[in-house]
Amino acid sequence: MKRVIFFLPMGMMVLIAFNMSKNIDKTIMDRGKKVYTQYCMACHQFDGSGVPGLNPPLEKTAHVLGSKTKLIRIILKGMDTHEEIDGETYSNVMAPHNQLTDQQIADVLTYIRNSFGNQAVTVTPGDVKYVRARTK
Amino acid sequence: MRKYLFGPLLLMTILIIAPAKDLLNPKTKKNAVEETANAGLKLPVGFSASAILDSVGKARHIVVTNSGALYIKLSKLVNGKGILRIKDTDGDGKIDDIKRFGNYIGTGITIKDGYLYASSNDEIFRYKLDENEEVINPDSPEKIITGLINGRQHNTKSLILDDKGYIYVNIGSPLNSCQEVDRGAGSKGKDPCPVLDSAGGIWQFRADKLNQSYKDGVRYATGLRNVMGLDWNYQVNELFVIQHGRDQLDMFPEYFNAKQNADIPAEEMFMIKKGANCGWPYCYFDVQQNKKVLAPEYGGDGKKTTRCEGVEQPIVAFPAHAAPNALLFYTGNMFPEKYKNGAFVAFHGSWNRSPEKQEGYYVAFVPFKDGKPSGPWEIFADGFAGVETVMSPKQAVHRPCGLALGPDGALYVSDDVKGTIYKIIYKK
Repeated sequence: MKRVIFFLPMGMMVLIAFNMSKNIDKTIMDRGKKVYTQYCMACHQFDGSGVPGLNPPLEKTAHVLGSKTKLIRIILKGMDTHEEIDGETYSNVMAPHNQLTDQQIADVLTYIRNSFGNQAVTVTPGDVKYVRARTK
Repeated sequence: MRKYLFGPLLLMTILIIAPAKDLLNPKTKKNAVEETANAGLKLPVGFSASAILDSVGKARHIVVTNSGALYIKLSKLVNGKGILRIKDTDGDGKIDDIKRFGNYIGTGITIKDGYLYASSNDEIFRYKLDENEEVINPDSPEKIITGLINGRQHNTKSLILDDKGYIYVNIGSPLNSCQEVDRGAGSKGKDPCPVLDSAGGIWQFRADKLNQSYKDGVRYATGLRNVMGLDWNYQVNELFVIQHGRDQLDMFPEYFNAKQNADIPAEEMFMIKKGANCGWPYCYFDVQQNKKVLAPEYGGDGKKTTRCEGVEQPIVAFPAHAAPNALLFYTGNMFPEKYKNGAFVAFHGSWNRSPEKQEGYYVAFVPFKDGKPSGPWEIFADGFAGVETVMSPKQAVHRPCGLALGPDGALYVSDDVKGTIYKIIYKK
């Protein structure tokens, strides 16, 4: 009985994880990975772990898992603040990446939000278009 | 034939058994923090290492007093303090006396002529020392330099002094390559680069004058993107520095791919004379072509050398992105003759080499004769990272950051991940 109680929540978690990743089209994840490899990986690293003190990690941080609008804005406008992320500060500057298309930004954010141990709802080109129109 | 094999076989057997015997000897286990042989480091034959202290915080540069205590500068406050003074008072190999002072973060720390000098990221302080090089008034240092550019990127103020009462301070560029959009793909370089009037070089100030700023100092050398490792060489009485070379050549994909970015732009060691121009941001040193090349931000294509002919040439070119965080000329008497007056370099380890494996995470050695490199550089101490291959920097358990020489000739290395302080000794 003890064993069942132990394995039941774990089994459910596996099921949830399976369902969430199953919901995301593999072609979107593949396209997202391609954008990530070209534009993001140099600083944020292949595993999203970032560089301590220099480039923030993308693993389960509030920025990555939180508001889609805020995240889209970081891609469009870059990031040059010294705010703490989970108790650490990061000194390198992220340049704006507004040259990427709505599709590319949606793909890469969907990829980031569902890789490196992350799970969060997808970002659509429509989301990006909406935020881009309202971002100067 | 058997006769000829016996010698080498015996030697190999001894070499294999000797370290194993050391492990079994309880005497080598006397230090509680030392869990593995040589604290996990790989060293040349005859050298051994121990971790004299662990988990001190983000230990950056370090310096040893004439009585064997260490001052450690921290880049993040611990218990509200940014400088540690640690000592093994009873000589049993364990640190048993720790003092904390200084309410600022930073990297630079050194001792010269009765004073301890330490830097925040925009100011330099000094503390009067007693005859044992203990700080007399830890809460009331003299502020000798203030108002230096603190641009987040490359903001550490490494420092060293000469014998004439001058202090030399690195003021790193707050930018990667002085582009219109910093680190922006394809973004052109500002021409001339405006930050060079107040950053991207080494500044010289008086060591004994209070509240100096740019107007009181001299731009001693320019065209240096960021220098963390610097030392004064008393054999030739000159300043030596190592530059953190540029990142992200592949922001210009028409000329460079990721592999070329990973391998080409060297970390350069210079001997610096007053007025030297080392080329940043217009030029970088290509390790494959073995020459200074025009940066793509300024019209370079990986081959052009325009604007780079007159600039200072490196005396050693190290692997790209390896991040030289400290430089120390070995003037001690413990190590073999080969090491005398040579240069140790602590490489913090790279990040800008993905998807290639990362580089650095070791302490290197360059033999010197009469103030000039006299042979190829080599890896002296390796294994800090704790993994065979570092693919992303977070995988590294330890990263070398500071170097210091003990009065007995031992070499100390700091690590700013776990905050381990290593002591490396040599026994014949």
